[in-house]
Amino acid sequence: MIRILLSLFLLVAALPARAEVDIKDVTTPGGLSAWLVEDHSIPFVALELRFRGGASLDAEGKRGATNLMVGLLEEGARDMDAQGFARARDALAAKFSYDVSDDAVAVSAQVLTENREAALDLLRASLSEPRFAPEALERVRQQVLSGLRSAQTDPRDLMSKAFDGLVFGDHPYGSQLEGTVESVEALSREDIIAAHERALTRERVYISAVGDITEEELGTLLDDLLGDLPQEAAPLPAEADLNLPGGIEVVPFQTPQSVAAFAQRGVDRDDPDFFAAFVLNHILGGGGFESRLMTEVREKRGLTYGVYSYLADKDAAQLWMGSVASANDRVAEAISVIRDQWARIRDEGVTAEELQDAKTYLTGAFPLRFEGNGPIASIAVGMQMNGLPLDYIANRNDMVNAVTLEQINRVARERLDPEALTFVVVGQPEGLDEQVN
Amino acid sequence: MRNLTVWLFAALAAILPLSVMAETTEQVTSFTLDNGMQVVVIEDHRAPVVTHMVWYRAGSADERPGVSGVAHFLEHLLFKGTKTMEPGEFSSTVARNGGSDNAFTSYDYTAYFQRIAADRLDLVMGMEADRMVNLQLDESDIATERDVIIEERNQRVENSPGALFREQKGATQYLNHRYGVPIIGWRQEMEALDLEAALEFYEMYYAPNNAILVVAGDVTPEKVRGLAEKHYGVIPANPDLPERSRPQEPPQLAERRMTMRDARVSQPYVTRSYLAPERDSGAQQEAAALMLLAELLGGGQTSFLNERLQFDKQIAVQVGAWYSATSLDDTTFDLALVPAAGVSLQQAEDALDEALIAFLETGPDPDALERIKMQVRAEEIYDRDDAAGQARRYGRALTQGLTVKDVQAWPGILQDTTSEQIMQAARRVLDRSQSVTGWLMAPEVTQ
Repeated sequence: MIRILLSLFLLVAALPARAEVDIKDVTTPGGLSAWLVEDHSIPFVALELRFRGGASLDAEGKRGATNLMVGLLEEGARDMDAQGFARARDALAAKFSYDVSDDAVAVSAQVLTENREAALDLLRASLSEPRFAPEALERVRQQVLSGLRSAQTDPRDLMSKAFDGLVFGDHPYGSQLEGTVESVEALSREDIIAAHERALTRERVYISAVGDITEEELGTLLDDLLGDLPQEAAPLPAEADLNLPGGIEVVPFQTPQSVAAFAQRGVDRDDPDFFAAFVLNHILGGGGFESRLMTEVREKRGLTYGVYSYLADKDAAQLWMGSVASANDRVAEAISVIRDQWARIRDEGVTAEELQDAKTYLTGAFPLRFEGNGPIASIAVGMQMNGLPLDYIANRNDMVNAVTLEQINRVARERLDPEALTFVVVGQPEGLDEQVN
Repeated sequence: MRNLTVWLFAALAAILPLSVMAETTEQVTSFTLDNGMQVVVIEDHRAPVVTHMVWYRAGSADERPGVSGVAHFLEHLLFKGTKTMEPGEFSSTVARNGGSDNAFTSYDYTAYFQRIAADRLDLVMGMEADRMVNLQLDESDIATERDVIIEERNQRVENSPGALFREQKGATQYLNHRYGVPIIGWRQEMEALDLEAALEFYEMYYAPNNAILVVAGDVTPEKVRGLAEKHYGVIPANPDLPERSRPQEPPQLAERRMTMRDARVSQPYVTRSYLAPERDSGAQQEAAALMLLAELLGGGQTSFLNERLQFDKQIAVQVGAWYSATSLDDTTFDLALVPAAGVSLQQAEDALDEALIAFLETGPDPDALERIKMQVRAEEIYDRDDAAGQARRYGRALTQGLTVKDVQAWPGILQDTTSEQIMQAARRVLDRSQSVTGWLMAPEVTQ
């Protein structure tokens, strides 16, 4: 009964909901560009700032400086010490978060309309006038060191460290952005000030705002917020040389379940084959329970709780990556199934039905992401970072739908490379043929 | 995927967000179907999206002894097929309609949800109603999925000394209540879970009169009522649904301590938990006081413990306090402290106790309390941006003994709570004789 209803339903429901988000590209009087979605239904605004460069801008020998600097932004500014700043922020019920990744410093704020000016003045103080006071520096340094100590015996952290070192070598991506115990211990206040000047600049900022604010209000606010930051930024790192020789590297560590990361070369977002690769990845190991990896490794064999693959599109490197975790005595089988599936989809391609199902999912799921001011602001700033145009939201589903069976299977043949698929395994795996080619 | 909601204590750094504290009163409609299924509708018409959730008043604490993990195991098995659906067809149908689906299990509830375009609500409701009563399982489903949950346990627990420590702490905290048994189950009992145990749990608890439907997003109450009557309304109530009463915790009279050593620990820490009352329907005052107490003690940079232990004495790298207010039975009030380099766990614990005594003498800083209340007020605004978050909050509350009215009264109760009430609650709960103190550390090095 249900199945009959379903097939009828699918016929009438072929057109997914459209994402309708009215984004305006605005330029402030001071010359900053921002994407704005005005929505006055809830009296607050979500603001997202991304400064391209992030931890990869760490100066030579100063690994961890950007991370420590970002950790200090909310630890005292202008005439306020760390607690004074926190008290002022909490009294306004403003929410600020400061984060750093390989490619960006991310600042997110949610502020109430009733005290927006005061709240953003406070945010401005943290970005333009941080104190980097010696006592705060020492305190936050100890927090970072505590995290680094924990990471020394955490299987997933060990995996990231080994993977990044193997694949990216001397590139900034090849080491952990938190730095090492030695590098963090050696950082001085001057290093932190220098990292601030390198990482937070007007030239590299991307901005979005969503919620209860007008274009005019936003312009004034942004000029005030970012006006005091330096214009020019430090040079970005060069494209990474990827070392993906194929094979398996094992990092021995006493723990019951082995964790593994694997990768081969990826596909750039600007590549004409990007959407085909994106849909192909969805079928291979993206997201849901229906992917081939999930079906073969989890559903049929019960070898893992989760196995995934994804296209990692970093500013200076593109990888086709994945991860899995299996008990030490079963991880060899899991890896063998993953390699087989990688080869099978390359050799045999996908079916018309798989392609259609993937398109229906990807196009239907897209509009669901635009739920709420916070998520929309985050998507809008991410689009700018990726160099996507305003009409991407309207056209994106058409680009997914344009992928043909012929194209996707050609991309599978040309791009998937099971021999180069390189695994890093942390644990005590049994029966693994360890060898990096 | 198919998440297990790990209760509390998840990470030392994670301070319970204030959003847990506030509920909005607009947008929400509630009614009950003739068969006893309760329905809550949360309207948000900004995007053509809907979150559809079914919550069962049955979680791991409702399991019988010997089959720990069966509530969570059954949650996995609900994706395996029914009389009319193939295994995996549920999720693949949701995906083919551009939606995503998942489920989670906790001590007091099991919940299933889909996020999908609003015009597909009829479809997912039909499928969810189907698997409420028509589940069909065979032995091979059981065997593979049991391997999956054991790998899930490996991933979440066995590979993490912090998670193993939390398990031990739970077992130490609860002498008699099933909250002392992990949601995912003890490993040796998980390995023996069978079809019979899963079906027994299913037949006892999966029924409309033990379920709550929560729909949030671009829908109207009228629309939801029509669809709910069509899909869920036709399922008869289970007349044999047992009354929900679990073995309760006796008064704790003796302080308990535990020390766990694991070679994978490179940053030791100390935790303290106190048995504490939870929010009860019509009687949420003391829980509100404890919620504010947790914020005052450990809710951020300016909290009492942070000022004293992180800033003044530099004993701690991090210190936090949190209180799990929503729970069917006795809950806990928790503290954790990561000591600074060179500070022993004994020194850290002593400093923590000294600070608690000092707090009990001085009481809350009125300005700090005012700031927290301002954040509670603001949260009612921010929360309107997250209908799915509100859906989770109502679902949790209604499976844990509260009513819609209780949920809506909560922000006001928090707002009206006085310093005196907070101190009263603090004096009652922060009593070492009803506490568990835990040390997690690396093995001793022997020469």
